Amino acid sequence: MTDIAARAALEAAYRHEKRRVLATLIRLLGGFEAAEEALQDAFVAAADRWPREGVPDNPHAWLVSAGRFKTIDRWRRQARLENALPGLAAVSESEEVPAMPETIQDDELRLIFTCCHPVLNADARIALTLREIGGLTTEEIARAYLTSPPTIAQRIVRAKARIRDAAIPYEVPGRAELPERLESALRVIYLIFNEGYAATGGVSLTRAELSAEAIRLGRLVVRLLDEPEALGLLALMLLHESRRHARTDASGDLVLLEDQDRALWDRGLIAEAEGLIDRAMASRRVGAYVLQAAIAAVHAGASDFATTDWAEITGLYDVLRRIAPSPVVALNRAVAIGMRDGAEAGLAAIEAAMHEGALDAYHLAHSARADMLRRLGRSDDARAAYTRALDLVRLEPERRFLERRLAQLG
Amino acid sequence: MRYACLIYYEPKALFGGSAEANEVLSKCSTYGETLKETGHWVAGEALELPDGAMTVVMRDGKMATTDGPFMETREVLGGFILIDAPDLNEAVRVASGHPLARIGHIEVRPVVDFSKPRPQL
Repeated sequence: MTDIAARAALEAAYRHEKRRVLATLIRLLGGFEAAEEALQDAFVAAADRWPREGVPDNPHAWLVSAGRFKTIDRWRRQARLENALPGLAAVSESEEVPAMPETIQDDELRLIFTCCHPVLNADARIALTLREIGGLTTEEIARAYLTSPPTIAQRIVRAKARIRDAAIPYEVPGRAELPERLESALRVIYLIFNEGYAATGGVSLTRAELSAEAIRLGRLVVRLLDEPEALGLLALMLLHESRRHARTDASGDLVLLEDQDRALWDRGLIAEAEGLIDRAMASRRVGAYVLQAAIAAVHAGASDFATTDWAEITGLYDVLRRIAPSPVVALNRAVAIGMRDGAEAGLAAIEAAMHEGALDAYHLAHSARADMLRRLGRSDDARAAYTRALDLVRLEPERRFLERRLAQLG
Repeated sequence: MRYACLIYYEPKALFGGSAEANEVLSKCSTYGETLKETGHWVAGEALELPDGAMTVVMRDGKMATTDGPFMETREVLGGFILIDAPDLNEAVRVASGHPLARIGHIEVRPVVDFSKPRPQL
């Protein structure tokens, strides 16, 4: 074994195994702090021994075992000095070293549930999940969320302290807790996906990585937990992702669903999503993610916007509004009604949804209303509604879109 | 990325002879060795107390000096380590392991990347 080969193997292990070794060490050692130190020790040991002894067949198992051994060793020395150590007995008793791929994935899944625990606030869950499971650096997360590295670093430090102080166990929650905990984990994954999918500014590379990481996490959850909502979320993300290349034009401007070149949609992702939706529907326990995915799948199955099955979409929104009512769902349902029954009915439905409240500061509500007014030939009213939407819009591509629509009215 | 860990302490606390301070001092020299093993180490030095320092300025082409910084602050810059770490959280973790973090405080500062735009103030 040459030094160069060993160093290459070590660098590859650092890139590909680091986060997963950490996930396993967190379970074995019971906390982030000890696991991070153990991870560091493990790579020091590998740098020393791999060039002399050769690269192990299973680097993950080797690194876990080395990190655990070094930690026990250090704790024993400390225990001799300080005459106390609670965790030592528990950790050193078990000689089992997990090497099976399923166990490694289980450890990542445990860690997702820990990082998305409801005692942490939403921002902390996202930062912690991206860094500890996604392997993004503090600086990359800060760039993606347009904030400063110390802000993110502080969130992560505090979140770990909170996990330690609250003694949150590293485990997949049991049946009783699962629905609430799964919902929290799925929401974090979806927020990460949306951050990567939204057409905001920032570094586009990092953004595509955020979406890819969210999909990877979604797949991980689905592989280990056959829960309909997890299937639904993965399907929903895949359907959004299938349109990534069609939703902006060469100049980065937003292309509406109705104007997208459907030949650019990724049929492989759509087929995978449809399979997931079928599995979820077969469980007869249909939740909000499954319904949103089913709506996106109806769009994916239509050859163009006009021939989309709007009756089906309206029906799905009816169910969605019952189980997960929100102003945005009400708005989307109203738009679907407009497509099914014509602009007059659509305008009435949108205005009814806006009357229910919480949509007045939402630019898409005003632009949807403007669109119905435009189709009805009420240009002055449409212009006023587009202007109102422009006052509220924050994303640059959406602003340019609204400005184009306004200009078209003359 | 590289991070400078600037180590501040109160001289009276560190050299006051308490058991805790003495233990910190005895461990300081070995922490650099640990960081060399882990691959974080780039450089580092401990500094003599500021009463051994000079402060220099150049104004209108003339050099002017004063003895030491003013010792008004209780805490002084006592040393630094320059480390290589994948991100700020890792740098903070490494700094937290320094023995002086237990008695003084350590400021972790990213090293300037001159390919990036200058700050707009």
